[in-house]
Amino acid sequence: MTGIAQRITAALGTLAIVAGVAVLSASPSVRALPEGMAVVKLSFSHGGPRNCRELSAEELSDLPANMRRKEVCDRARAPIYLELDLNGTTMLAEELPPSGIADDGPSRIYRRFMVSAGTHQVAIRLRERAAGSGFDFVAERQITLTEAQSLAIDFRPETGGFIFN
Amino acid sequence: MSTGFRGYLRRGFDRLERAGDVVFGPDANPLAQLGALGWFLFWIVAATGIYLFIFFDTGVVNAYASVEWLSDAHWFHAGVARSLHRYASDLMVAVMLIHLVREFCLDRYRGVRWFSWLTGVPLIWFVYISGITGYWLVWDMLAQYVAVTSTELLDWLPIFGEPIARNFLSPEALSGRFFTLMVFLHIAIPLILLLAMWIHIQRVSRARVNPARPLAAMVLGSLILVAFVLPAQSQGPADLAREPTELGIDWFLLPLYPLINILPPGVIWGGAAIFTVGFAALPWLPAQRANRAAEVFLDHCNGCARCVEDCPYAAVELVPRTDGAPFPHQVAVNAGRCVACGICMGSCPSSSPFRRVGDLLTGIDLPDYPLKELRERVISGALRLEGSIRILTLACEHGAARPGLGTVFLPCVAMAPPSLIDFILSRGHADGVCVAGCAEERCQNRLGIEWTEARFARTRDPYLRRRVPRERLVTVWAGPTETARLERERVAFADRLAALPTEAPRVVRQSDPERVLDEAAM
Ligand code: HEM
Repeated sequence: MTGIAQRITAALGTLAIVAGVAVLSASPSVRALPEGMAVVKLSFSHGGPRNCRELSAEELSDLPANMRRKEVCDRARAPIYLELDLNGTTMLAEELPPSGIADDGPSRIYRRFMVSAGTHQVAIRLRERAAGSGFDFVAERQITLTEAQSLAIDFRPETGGFIFN
Repeated sequence: MSTGFRGYLRRGFDRLERAGDVVFGPDANPLAQLGALGWFLFWIVAATGIYLFIFFDTGVVNAYASVEWLSDAHWFHAGVARSLHRYASDLMVAVMLIHLVREFCLDRYRGVRWFSWLTGVPLIWFVYISGITGYWLVWDMLAQYVAVTSTELLDWLPIFGEPIARNFLSPEALSGRFFTLMVFLHIAIPLILLLAMWIHIQRVSRARVNPARPLAAMVLGSLILVAFVLPAQSQGPADLAREPTELGIDWFLLPLYPLINILPPGVIWGGAAIFTVGFAALPWLPAQRANRAAEVFLDHCNGCARCVEDCPYAAVELVPRTDGAPFPHQVAVNAGRCVACGICMGSCPSSSPFRRVGDLLTGIDLPDYPLKELRERVISGALRLEGSIRILTLACEHGAARPGLGTVFLPCVAMAPPSLIDFILSRGHADGVCVAGCAEERCQNRLGIEWTEARFARTRDPYLRRRVPRERLVTVWAGPTETARLERERVAFADRLAALPTEAPRVVRQSDPERVLDEAAM
């Protein structure tokens, strides 16, 4: 090939490669969420209670004055227990352990459920101490989700429990 | 010549590269300068990134709007910079992946070359993470998808306290601070990448970090043209109250994302870990049977440093003299870096096959293939040449030559000192010498072709002596799949030699005064 012809072929070759790269940088597309579906995300962190007891007067007097606290607690927290029903079916029934190496952090959850768009019955229950019965927080809602809607369920005990966003 | 699986890989890549030669010409063939192209693309990405930053707003709400604004109102400069930034990053991924496949196919990743390979592995991570954090900043639907998928994946690792995916739970949860972190990462990681790229080339001397000008011009020109015709676009603003549905994916930087959506995080992390460790361990799976490193003979070394200059792997160093000889320096070989290509032996002014005094020694020699043996192979190879035109071929082990009469193999043709050509022709060992190296721009030992050409052109020490008739010396640069072309070139060379005026029979035995002359000329 002569010099000029070679350069033209090379330039066209480079252009073809770069154009190919540009095309592949945004296509073909993928479907991130199947048609007709929506998402419910359940996520919060909440610390289970600690085991505490009151110190006796004798124990208190053994302590230096600045350390005399009436109640002492274990460092570790108790696991919490969580259930979620969707249209009467249990989707989640789990004990959530505390976090941290010393088990002193809050229990945490982040879970994502794919559901069909439309109306669903959601029931969610939380027990602060996994071992036990009954629930400390309960919420039941009917939710209506449009296609691709993302509903977040959070938990804030100070505002009364579960929040649907 | 490699046989078996290695040979198969080498020839496979060679075919591809020769096709590249046809399209681009040997000097602009991107396949022969992928590392350099990677550097060039990095600079384009860095420059356009800095420019984009002028227009970018780092708020949760403002990020998307600012990217739209720069792509619309300022499409002809900032928009073009955005497209260049994206497409050059994509091209960099492609270039990097082909580069590593090439180094693997050419078997340039084992033995003492392990360093370049091992330091290449983190580059893969840094390139991908740089790209991923970049997509995040646009805060469009794709960014949302990338953010949520990435954080869900990261949360599987037991290192984060609060699940980071919680940041993207709902529009209310999103905080600007997390965004600032991403901007920081998108600047910090490319800087670490740059540092890692610099470390990556520390064990090769004169690493090629600039592609040939015509290639650089064509790549930049094509990127600009494509930026105008197919500008990079956002995919609608992110909305955490909705899930992204149909998304255009960047198949260079984000190819794993659709997979991350399908497979459990443990499988993805396990796969990534196995890939990284397995990849990093490749140079030892199995390790290369290494030839012994070059050896220095101080009696013949005056510390001229030509070998230091010519070594492609920075394996030869100049150090203070230790033997009391009246020179300030001597050279020392770092065996951990020496690939035993012999280029140093070819560069040593003491490497003269004319020497007859005692054992043939030189200043720097290969224990497994010393100059003495090279001379013997040349002489015995020449003896077997028949016919009126006798061509001796000095062939690279990695090139097109196949074993045959009058073919002497070398680990690199630059191992042959120019005085060897003089020796062959002036002593009448052959009528012509064919130096058959690797394909152009593709020397197995990086610099052998360049040095050979410069020595023959008498522009680099040691020069080919003026008395060597240049028309009796031919160089053929051909890859392992080009045996037929080498053969054709040899035949054409023979025809040219036949047409040369016959000379008086060349000196077969040297008289003593001639020998003195020869040695004085060294
Ligand atoms: C950002 C991406 C990368 C860039 C910019 C880059 C750049 C370079 C450059 C400039 C060279 C020197 C080439 C020469 O002058 O002969 C080189 C050599 C090399 N690279 Fe890379 N590289 C990258 C990624 C990788 C990766 C991912 C691997 C493999 C895991 C790798 C493996 C190697 C090897 C083995 C060599 C040495 C070749 C020899 O010893 O002759 N590189 N690279």
